[in-house]
Amino acid sequence: MPRPGFVLEVDRSTPPILFWRGENFSLEKLPAGRSRVIYPPEPLPALDDIDGAIRRALLNPHDQDPLPALLFPGMKLTIAFDDVSLPLPKMRRPDSRQRVMEAVLDMAAAAGVDDVHIIAALGLHRRMHEYELRHALGDRIFDAFHPRGTLYQHDAEDPDNLAVIGTTPQGEVLEINKRAAESDLIVYVNINSVAMDGGWKSITTGLASYRCLSHHHNPETLENTRSLMDRHKSALHQSVWRLGTVLRDHGPKVFQIETTLNTDMFPSPFGFINKREWEWNVKDRATFLATTKSLDRTPIRLARKIFHGIEGPHQMTSVQAGETDAVHKITLEHIFKQQLVPVEGQTDILTLGIPFVCPYNPDGVMNPVLVMCMGLGYLFNMYRNKPLVREGGVIIMTHPTYRDFNPVHHPSYIDFFEEVLSDTTDPATMSRKWEKKYAEDEWYRHLYRTGNAYHGVHPFYAWYWGAHGLQHAGKIIIVGGDAPTVRRLGFTPASTMDDAFEIATDVVGRAPTISHLHVPALLVADVS
Amino acid sequence: MIPEQLAGKRIAITGSTGFVGTALVERLLRSAPGCDLVLLVRPSRRHSASERVRREIFKNNAFDRLKRELEAVGTETFDAMVARRVHAIGGDVSTDGLGLNTDDQAVFASCDIVIHSAAAVAFDSPLDSAIEINLLGPSRVAQTLQALGVRPHLVAVSTCYVAGNRRGSAPEQLVSAGPFDLGLDWRKEVAAGRRLRSDTETASRDPHRLRQFRVEAHKELGAAGAPALAGKTESLRERWVSDELVEAGRARAASVGWPDAYAFTKALGEQALTEVKGDVPVSIVRPSIIESALAEPFPGWIRGFRMAEPVIISYARGLLKQFPGVPEGTIDVIPVDLVVAAIIAVAAVGPEHAPPITQVASGGVNPMKYGLLVERVRDFFTAHPLYDPEGQPIVVPEWQFPARGKVQLQLKRAKAVAERTERVLQALPLRGKQATWAAKLEEYKHDINRAYEYVQLYGLYTECEAIYQVDHLLSVWDTLDAADQAAFNFDPRSVHWPTYVSEIHLPSVVQHSRAKITPGRNRNDRSDRLRRNVLSPDRHVAAFDLENTLISSNVVESYSWLATRRLNVPERIRYVLRTLAEAPGLSSMDRKDRGDFLRYFYRRYEGASVTQIDEDSKELLTQLIVTKSFPAGIRRVREHRALGHRTILITGALDFVVAGLKPLFDEIVAAEMTIRPDGTYSGELSKVPPTGETRAQVLAEYCVAEGLSIEQSIAYADSTSDLPLLEAVGFPVVVNPETRLAAVARNRGWLVEHWSKESGARRPLLPIGELLSDRERKKVFS
Repeated sequence: MPRPGFVLEVDRSTPPILFWRGENFSLEKLPAGRSRVIYPPEPLPALDDIDGAIRRALLNPHDQDPLPALLFPGMKLTIAFDDVSLPLPKMRRPDSRQRVMEAVLDMAAAAGVDDVHIIAALGLHRRMHEYELRHALGDRIFDAFHPRGTLYQHDAEDPDNLAVIGTTPQGEVLEINKRAAESDLIVYVNINSVAMDGGWKSITTGLASYRCLSHHHNPETLENTRSLMDRHKSALHQSVWRLGTVLRDHGPKVFQIETTLNTDMFPSPFGFINKREWEWNVKDRATFLATTKSLDRTPIRLARKIFHGIEGPHQMTSVQAGETDAVHKITLEHIFKQQLVPVEGQTDILTLGIPFVCPYNPDGVMNPVLVMCMGLGYLFNMYRNKPLVREGGVIIMTHPTYRDFNPVHHPSYIDFFEEVLSDTTDPATMSRKWEKKYAEDEWYRHLYRTGNAYHGVHPFYAWYWGAHGLQHAGKIIIVGGDAPTVRRLGFTPASTMDDAFEIATDVVGRAPTISHLHVPALLVADVS
Repeated sequence: MIPEQLAGKRIAITGSTGFVGTALVERLLRSAPGCDLVLLVRPSRRHSASERVRREIFKNNAFDRLKRELEAVGTETFDAMVARRVHAIGGDVSTDGLGLNTDDQAVFASCDIVIHSAAAVAFDSPLDSAIEINLLGPSRVAQTLQALGVRPHLVAVSTCYVAGNRRGSAPEQLVSAGPFDLGLDWRKEVAAGRRLRSDTETASRDPHRLRQFRVEAHKELGAAGAPALAGKTESLRERWVSDELVEAGRARAASVGWPDAYAFTKALGEQALTEVKGDVPVSIVRPSIIESALAEPFPGWIRGFRMAEPVIISYARGLLKQFPGVPEGTIDVIPVDLVVAAIIAVAAVGPEHAPPITQVASGGVNPMKYGLLVERVRDFFTAHPLYDPEGQPIVVPEWQFPARGKVQLQLKRAKAVAERTERVLQALPLRGKQATWAAKLEEYKHDINRAYEYVQLYGLYTECEAIYQVDHLLSVWDTLDAADQAAFNFDPRSVHWPTYVSEIHLPSVVQHSRAKITPGRNRNDRSDRLRRNVLSPDRHVAAFDLENTLISSNVVESYSWLATRRLNVPERIRYVLRTLAEAPGLSSMDRKDRGDFLRYFYRRYEGASVTQIDEDSKELLTQLIVTKSFPAGIRRVREHRALGHRTILITGALDFVVAGLKPLFDEIVAAEMTIRPDGTYSGELSKVPPTGETRAQVLAEYCVAEGLSIEQSIAYADSTSDLPLLEAVGFPVVVNPETRLAAVARNRGWLVEHWSKESGARRPLLPIGELLSDRERKKVFS
């Protein structure tokens, strides 16, 4: 039986704690007597018979007819799936999406359905490369559908292929992919890594137009999203659920398939990552030393290649299908079972180790804007009830924060960093002053639609993702980051953790309390 | 009273755009409100005489005081006063009859006083132009007055240094009247000077020499195209002629005992004037070394960068460690306002009372010792150091008072080192920032060269031990009443040298030199200013080159990418080996002529399927072009579009390679291949590829067709072969230049941008397509 997550009070015998630092790690000594480390629960066991479980889920859906009953010859079937932003790191083959989709396609074939389109629901994310599609769906599906033009990627900027489904009482217009909108059935194949994903968010963002997304991807909504992982206290999810209701009432029939993964994220060479420091044996210590020392000497490009090449051993822990709301409720139970850790009260400081990857840079460099997004958008939001750090407290992140960008994936991020961030770091101001220019830029649109670039407006969304954190924290410090780059983000650079604590005294006094969120392995702190 | 004496008088001034001339105009307008001025100014190629007067005289800060005073009184605006009292006429003292038209002759003839202060003062004027202006100028003025039948008082400004290299007292008399007269005939010197000009012009056209100029032009510009090379060659020839004549002047002056051609021609000019003046009453005023103002119009006022300033700044910059001279020697400096007051006083007292020659100098009555100057300069720059571009203070060296030879040797050595380094740098294939270092080195070399010239020339002045007598000056001074003495101070005894040097002159010199006087890194205001100019909404078209301007890739890479895309591994290896073997030949061909290279290279596309290429080109955009693009460059294109400028891409790359860039540009001009009936490319270009001077033509035609102005256009390019394009537009921008272009850009003050590839991009070892799956690879296109 895997052990649950827990909170370690740091005392004088506590060894230094592992922090991510981009493409490397460091061990940091946290002050005794006033620090605590929040450890995630250990990975849950995987399903025994995954393919069997998938079939059972499709045949016994929640609040919905079994899938074969929904399929009939001559129908228009659209299968949409989560894009490359999930899971992190990428799964070892076969990917959950491939397994689920093969089961769905078998049933469709058996029912004589021949008008099937498979659409990557990437919203405003970048188009996937061929090797990524093959990895997620398998060669068989790719080779069968791609050459015929029936496996393709959603285009939120294609005016001819979008359709309006309806409008919410609040005036939010639901506009989604036309093929999906005109289908007799949409089957959505999802991977739910964190509580933020899934539910109505799958279709209403993944297949939506820019216009539709801008209703909830804005600073005001995200400042009132307390947190992204707590759907009932998230303004973003409330908007998404309103749009979902429009879809349910006026749109095509939806058959939602959600899967969850355990947190067994890194293969054996990185075994020490998943262990608690005081339980490290000689081998763990040796691998840690060997890994960090050799990474120190590895050219950064090679280090990136190594890390982005990692395939996680994570396995499916649940699969459920049927009506979206009913399915998502069960999914969340599974997620919280894996990720929830009860924590008592807030502290003055929150420390976060930032890894080499976030949902927006699979197979690419994690640029400074994404460092902010990962720290303040994702990790800071890993809470229910209240944040781990008190309002006005300090957030300390460890990351090299180099000024590196991938020009193919993140062209608008480069300009955002140079042009927008040198003007303002305030989400509301940048939204007013700059967002439209980037969102409607012809060149970005061209690269999004024909290349592999994130949409022009995406860096704004990445920044808004951290809006709640920005507004909540009194000071944000990055340890080990490139100083001019960190300053451009509006944060304070520090060279060591001790310096960072020293800098933080301005805000939180001489003996602040500290929480460290121990990632990787995902966890959601349930702060009372 | 001087103002009363000048009231109602009309005064003509030559050389009013110069240092003394501007001060003279200002002083007369301000301190002698009753007089009118006629300014004889040579029209320039661009501006008429009156336009030059407006731009070059009245915009000077010398007039700030007068403008303020008039505003305070409020009866007449400055412009109205100028319109009432100042008449500009077009003329040239190096032409017989001063080149006046009939109307202007009448105006000139109506003058009561003519002050001739036009001169070629530069130490590097060619001998013949020094002769035309300095030697013949004064006589021409006198002869013109005679021809017009008028006899106004002619006050000619000369120099104390006409006395030549001599020790001891130099009295206020003609050199020819003194004991050291060599009996030179000025007419012979004029004839010899003119002959020398025509001989040198002939010599410069010697085929052997012309070949040299061409080789040098090619070295400097590279493959810039025939018109650009021809232009450069001709300007090198002209420079050679001018250098020869400068050297000839220096040699001739030295041979007969003058420090330089300026003093020499001035001395003969006095002689000539005395001989030809006839009954025109003449007074000669001889200042010594004129420096910034003591008090009028304000302390420290100076115009232009003159004798001592470049030397002082070179020392403060650490460039000049030494300057020859003896500490107890006298350096004869006189503030400009004293000179101007003396000229006005001489003019005011009239031809009957004015001495024939008046020297305005300090050496005789209030000498400034060279040692004192050096000490003050050193103290000043120790207290207020200049800063190098890195923001570090420059420490000035201790002065050793070396002999001239030693200093020259030092500089020669520094120059040799710089030249060697430069040769090495030019041989390296540098680009961008590194190439700019090479350009900076060239500037450093230029600075050393200049310092060398100064030492060579001004060394003579500091070593000159003549003491200029000022008896005539003081006798005029004594006739003035107290009010005039207060308003028109020209008493050399009134200058307190330590105060003048430390508190008036040096701060002004530093300010004018635009040297860096604050610590911290350079913010590079100049580039910012140029960039603002380029990104002004007034511009019309922005033209871009592609390779190394917007992307760091070339036609060989895009071909390789497309050619290998559907090959399997062994085929790829063979392809790479074959291409590597060909590389040296291709690159040398490219250096010789881009157009020929492209035609030759593009034949490789023969037989390629148009459909396949079109499909593959889509991937080429992200995999090669965007990956290797300069994001700052792409951003700049879009900034231009946002400002409403047309954007045009002019490239020798093939149209399908750049097709993906269409959303960035209003117009893409690229090479195009003809297509055969079977749907394959022929490998032959359908028209001349846009390279070299063709690009300038393409842009010019585009501008004409669209009704836009090429003057208001911007061109971005990276190589000297684009010089015709860069020169054709009003706002050239050089991107990541190679060494030669960096030097050109620096000389001409063009904006230089350093754009780089994004560091987070993939960097494949070879520009070949990603390996495709078997099925994709074998896809058949028809």
